[in-house]
Amino acid sequence: MGEYVLEMNNITKVFPGVKALDNVSLKVRPGSVHALMGENGAGKSTLMKCLFGIYQEDGGEIILDGKRENITSSKQALDLGVSMIHQELHPIRFRPVMENIWLGRFPMMGIAVDKKAMIRKTKELFKEIELDINPEVLAGSLSASNLQLVEIAKAVSYNSKIIIMDEPTSSLTDNETEHLFKIIRQLKAGGCAIIYISHKMEEILKIADEVTIMRDGQYVGTWPAGELTTDLIISRMVGRDMTNRFPPRTHTPGKEVVLKVTDLCSPLKRSFQHVSFELHRGEILGIGGLVGAQRTEVVEALFGLRTIESGEVEKDGEVFKVKSVQDAKRHGIALLTEERRATGVFGILSVLDNTVIASQKNYANKGVLQKRKRVKAAEESNRQLNVKTPSLETLMQNLSGGNQQKVLIARWLLTHPDILILDEPTRGIDVGAKYEIYTIMLDLVKQGKSIIMISSEMPELLGISDRIMVMCEGRVSGVLNRDEADQIKVMQLATKFAQ
Amino acid sequence: MQGEKVIPRQKFALIYIIAGSILFVLGFILKFLLYTKKMYDMPWFLVGIGACLGIYGGLQILNANRIGTDVVISRKTVKTFLTNYAIILALLVLVVIIIFIQPRFMQIRVLLDIMTQSSTRLIIALGICFTLLIAGTDLSAGRMVGLAAVISTSMMQTADYANRFYPGLSQIPVIYAIVAAVVACLLFGVLNGFLVAQFDMHPFIATLAVQVIVFGACSLYFDMPPNHSQPIGGIRSDFTILGQFKFFKGFAGGISILIPIALLITAIIWFVLNKTVFGKNVYAIGGNREAAVVSGVNVYATIMGIFILAAGLYGIGGVLEAARTAGATNNYGNGYELDAIAACVVGGVSLNGGVGKIGGIVSGVLIFTVIQYGLQFINVSPMWQQIIKGIIIAIAVAIDLSKYRKK
Repeated sequence: MGEYVLEMNNITKVFPGVKALDNVSLKVRPGSVHALMGENGAGKSTLMKCLFGIYQEDGGEIILDGKRENITSSKQALDLGVSMIHQELHPIRFRPVMENIWLGRFPMMGIAVDKKAMIRKTKELFKEIELDINPEVLAGSLSASNLQLVEIAKAVSYNSKIIIMDEPTSSLTDNETEHLFKIIRQLKAGGCAIIYISHKMEEILKIADEVTIMRDGQYVGTWPAGELTTDLIISRMVGRDMTNRFPPRTHTPGKEVVLKVTDLCSPLKRSFQHVSFELHRGEILGIGGLVGAQRTEVVEALFGLRTIESGEVEKDGEVFKVKSVQDAKRHGIALLTEERRATGVFGILSVLDNTVIASQKNYANKGVLQKRKRVKAAEESNRQLNVKTPSLETLMQNLSGGNQQKVLIARWLLTHPDILILDEPTRGIDVGAKYEIYTIMLDLVKQGKSIIMISSEMPELLGISDRIMVMCEGRVSGVLNRDEADQIKVMQLATKFAQ
Repeated sequence: MQGEKVIPRQKFALIYIIAGSILFVLGFILKFLLYTKKMYDMPWFLVGIGACLGIYGGLQILNANRIGTDVVISRKTVKTFLTNYAIILALLVLVVIIIFIQPRFMQIRVLLDIMTQSSTRLIIALGICFTLLIAGTDLSAGRMVGLAAVISTSMMQTADYANRFYPGLSQIPVIYAIVAAVVACLLFGVLNGFLVAQFDMHPFIATLAVQVIVFGACSLYFDMPPNHSQPIGGIRSDFTILGQFKFFKGFAGGISILIPIALLITAIIWFVLNKTVFGKNVYAIGGNREAAVVSGVNVYATIMGIFILAAGLYGIGGVLEAARTAGATNNYGNGYELDAIAACVVGGVSLNGGVGKIGGIVSGVLIFTVIQYGLQFINVSPMWQQIIKGIIIAIAVAIDLSKYRKK
């Protein structure tokens, strides 16, 4: 075996109209953790999909253990000792956990699948990595973080030489992340190489041995992790110095209460209970907490997407009931949903359609849409938000994540809301676009609108909110002012009620 | 939760066993001590139901460790029970109503009739369930049944029949005709699978295209001289016994050979779906295709396998249908796919893929036959029967979906 267990040399991949990878190289040593970094759209996942046989490279070579391989399917990749934890978790919800793990290589007894052996092997696997999950429960009944741990267990179970981990900690709590790092150290000691993709700088600096950085489908360089700092990584990812991650603030929120929520309870016992808070005019109220703290559920209830069992919602001093999204819109509430791809964009519709879809009624004359009015509205609001699109007729799916997100904000601004709720507004978009979104948010509060922002990114929560409300296990565990908030206090509140 | 009650599994099972024993004994008492003609076969039904309850209770005790040692009875668990078994309960109510109107319904003969009529439908539904499990469908099923019926009967006419399809054909073995019919279906199954797997075509449209092609091909064959689209008759008795033979003729009119055939096929399909890699892959592809791909499942081969297997079952169904009715036209099987899909869906197979059990499909098929047979039995007009059938499909699926809806 040579110095490297994996060499990917000069990989090129072209999609119609886009060069996704342009001469990218990646060299991974056995028994090391190799971080792969870059902004969204830099081509990290594409590169990994070439390695895992989901895509075929158009140029370049993949050398595994000194042997050149042409990987054409995931099965082949697995057989060659490469396994992968996928960025987007898609369990087979109605099948048991163990079938999710051994799919594609069930233990056999004659022509039948050996269920007993499968249970035994799953238990052994879980014991090895200290996971306490019943192999026979349906995957759909597990929490997001447990699913991610199962996915990790599955990747480990292949006994691979190389494990690709694409954002493995996106739904994990700090403790679970520590657990994952323990597993990674075990794997390393056993000679396994890990390719680790994450946007969380702290994690990278903690666990990685080497870091390869990519930008716009091109290779920037590889450095030992010890030589890097967060700022250095960001500047190499962005290609320019990022001294300020947040725009300067010149505005102080008013005292007037725009939205008052009192004792809001969900009919589901495990969802939000007794949530009360106030939102002031011109304020950004951040909502912090761990995954599963029911933050999304609260804002979805305010937007009429979930049933409210009891409690009051007051807007501008007037009590109103939200039973549907139409109610919420009528009262000037807008919600940018968490899952952009699933509940935000219409990928196969044009940017124009995507922009005006929530305010369509305003451009109709007796039910017939007026093209002129729609175009005008879309043009104006997209210009205001600095959306970069070749034309209004471009399909939404061809825009980058950041631009899609700006179109979605434009969509909701066209409904002229007083209160804009943003659920993870910068998830999965790159550093540059994040800055732009922050600027837009500050502009909006300056105009007298109020914003509620759910964020799981601590720097963002601390950097952009006027006040931070922290939730834990469905309840409000505390509210911090901008000047008193820090990472430790937020984390303490976020785990206040946890056993 | 108010009114919650926890009962140990032992005691819960005991209730079943006691209730079962009472019915069992009551059955014998009615039969031998208090029998009147008006009861028809009710005592035997009581004995049967009693035995089932008793066995179910016994199994519960044996499996207590696996299914939980306590039974919680609360509003919630009762509600779950009612939604899970709503369609079965509705069926029981329907049966009771029919019995009140027409006590003759309580006959073992009736039960056997219902099972016989369900047999071929069940075989077709078992084929179609695979295509539903991958969130697809198969609209060509009914026409394949017709194709198999026409091909098999065309080779199975008696030598002295006036209007023979192949006037010069000698008495070939029955198996030849069956193989020819099934292979013809398999070929179209390959076509279905190829269109879906190779071009990623939605099964709805792929099988719609094949449906039309199959019907056209079948009609061409049917129209060949000298037959010229005459209904095929004069079928050899060694072929028709496949659908008409009865065991134990003395017992309630006999048990049709179709029942054991359907049972055997059900057992095989249950094994394939639950115990083989192919079956698990079907569930996986239906539950989450991407996950199956990246786990190294051969999706192409599995999809081909699904449509070929399904076509094979339609072929068998078509042959049995032809044998049972001792004849065929090119219009045989028309619309069977919709009945089969409806039965699967009522039996809990999700059109979104990945969810469905053999037990559910069997009860789905039985429910439809009971409704049809029962309504005929009490002289409900066929037009009303259609309306009732439609309402049942809609309600069953609405109840089923409410299980998954949560907000």
